[in-house]
Amino acid sequence: MQWPAPPWPPRSPGPSLEALYHLIREGVLPYHAGVSLRRVLIGLGLATGAGVPLGLALGYFPSLERITAPILQLVRTISPLSWMPIAVIALGIGDRAVIFLIAVASVWPILLNTASGVRHLNRNWLWLARSVGASTPHILIHIAIPAVWPQLFAGLRMALGIAWVVLVPAEMLGVSSGLGYFLLDTRDRLSYSELMAAILGIGCVGLLLDAGIRALEACWRRSGEGRA
Amino acid sequence: MSLLSAEGLSKSYFIHGRRVPVLMRVSMEVAAGRVLAVLGPSGAGKSTLLRLLAGLEPPDEGHVKLCGEPIQAGHPALALMFQDPCLLPWLSVRENVRFGIRFMGLSGAESQRRVDEALAWVGLQEVADWYPHQLSGGMAQRVALARALARQPRVLLLDEPFSALDPLARQALGALIRRAAGEGIGVVMVTHNVEEAIQLADEVLVLTARPGRVLLHQPLRGWEAPHLSLRQALELAAAGRWVSHHAPAFR
Repeated sequence: MQWPAPPWPPRSPGPSLEALYHLIREGVLPYHAGVSLRRVLIGLGLATGAGVPLGLALGYFPSLERITAPILQLVRTISPLSWMPIAVIALGIGDRAVIFLIAVASVWPILLNTASGVRHLNRNWLWLARSVGASTPHILIHIAIPAVWPQLFAGLRMALGIAWVVLVPAEMLGVSSGLGYFLLDTRDRLSYSELMAAILGIGCVGLLLDAGIRALEACWRRSGEGRA
Repeated sequence: MSLLSAEGLSKSYFIHGRRVPVLMRVSMEVAAGRVLAVLGPSGAGKSTLLRLLAGLEPPDEGHVKLCGEPIQAGHPALALMFQDPCLLPWLSVRENVRFGIRFMGLSGAESQRRVDEALAWVGLQEVADWYPHQLSGGMAQRVALARALARQPRVLLLDEPFSALDPLARQALGALIRRAAGEGIGVVMVTHNVEEAIQLADEVLVLTARPGRVLLHQPLRGWEAPHLSLRQALELAAAGRWVSHHAPAFR
């Protein structure tokens, strides 16, 4: 007995767009997108929470960067997906492992951009700050952080892209919701129009997230004209 | 009585693993209400001298005293102004001026009063809410001066404050600096411009080429041809000729 061949490759975008419409209307895609978004945002939040202070420290203290550079480069070059088995063993199947993978993947652009921004600070700003009595924490808070915002935003945009790319394989780690899971599910059901719709959905949500970051950056620039 | 004095300052840096002396046994002092111009060829260590005077870097030898006390970075009686106005682009003019006194532990009302006074002093109240990119070079330097004066310093250290300004802006800033000296502030001004030194300074200190040593430290009053004498001194300094601490030949 021969199984009927799946309708692949699709001959027109019609069925995929139709499936996309139904998936949105029935709330299936928004539900999975919402779950994925929550994971990405938590992962990005963790990456920012770790990457910004570490980047500030590495940029401000060149000796610290020299000492840690080999370790950081070693860890950075390991594919984030290589951590999958370790994440599952350490954190179990579920949200925590997915969020860990997203955070591990997206911390690098944030950390490296922040460190680079601090390294290239105007040296005179540092002299100025010290001449008016600012301590090192004051300099980091009042000079380094505001000065590295543009690099931090660029790092965040890159991190978001990476997080969104890592999300799909990460959500294949035995979770029962999220866009990655849904994609796998449509493949298993041989529902290729829904699969294409899910891929389109992933792209659209990624685009919206990037637009959100850019809007945030534009808002920040407008809040202080000097940054323009 | 001198407000700020330095005795036997020496400083060297390690560049590519080699120790390079930048300043050698430099002594100087500045009194209240006096403007001291520090001149010298490029690389003479003028800016290094200013950083040592401000306590931003420790000297290898010698010491700096402000009002009889050893200097420390961020001393409230001292303010520093750079060649670049060094305004923080994310802060408005008012916030930039406030940055100069942010870490002095002043109350909000006192800070506000000092910022308003300093802005009024340099005539920039109307642009208090502007941002640095909206200012001309001369205005930006006046904001930097307001930020320095908000500290109500007894000594003002200026690192080539006129170098990026047009003649009119130079004149305006020069008048403000003379006015500050008239109010009893001791001013140390690094410059490589003989005209500026003669117009603004009461005394000159000429450093030789690296390592910077004091070629000349004299009051300008009584010089018959100050332009010529100072140019001759600078030529000697560039040639690395170290004459003496007080060279009468330049009078």
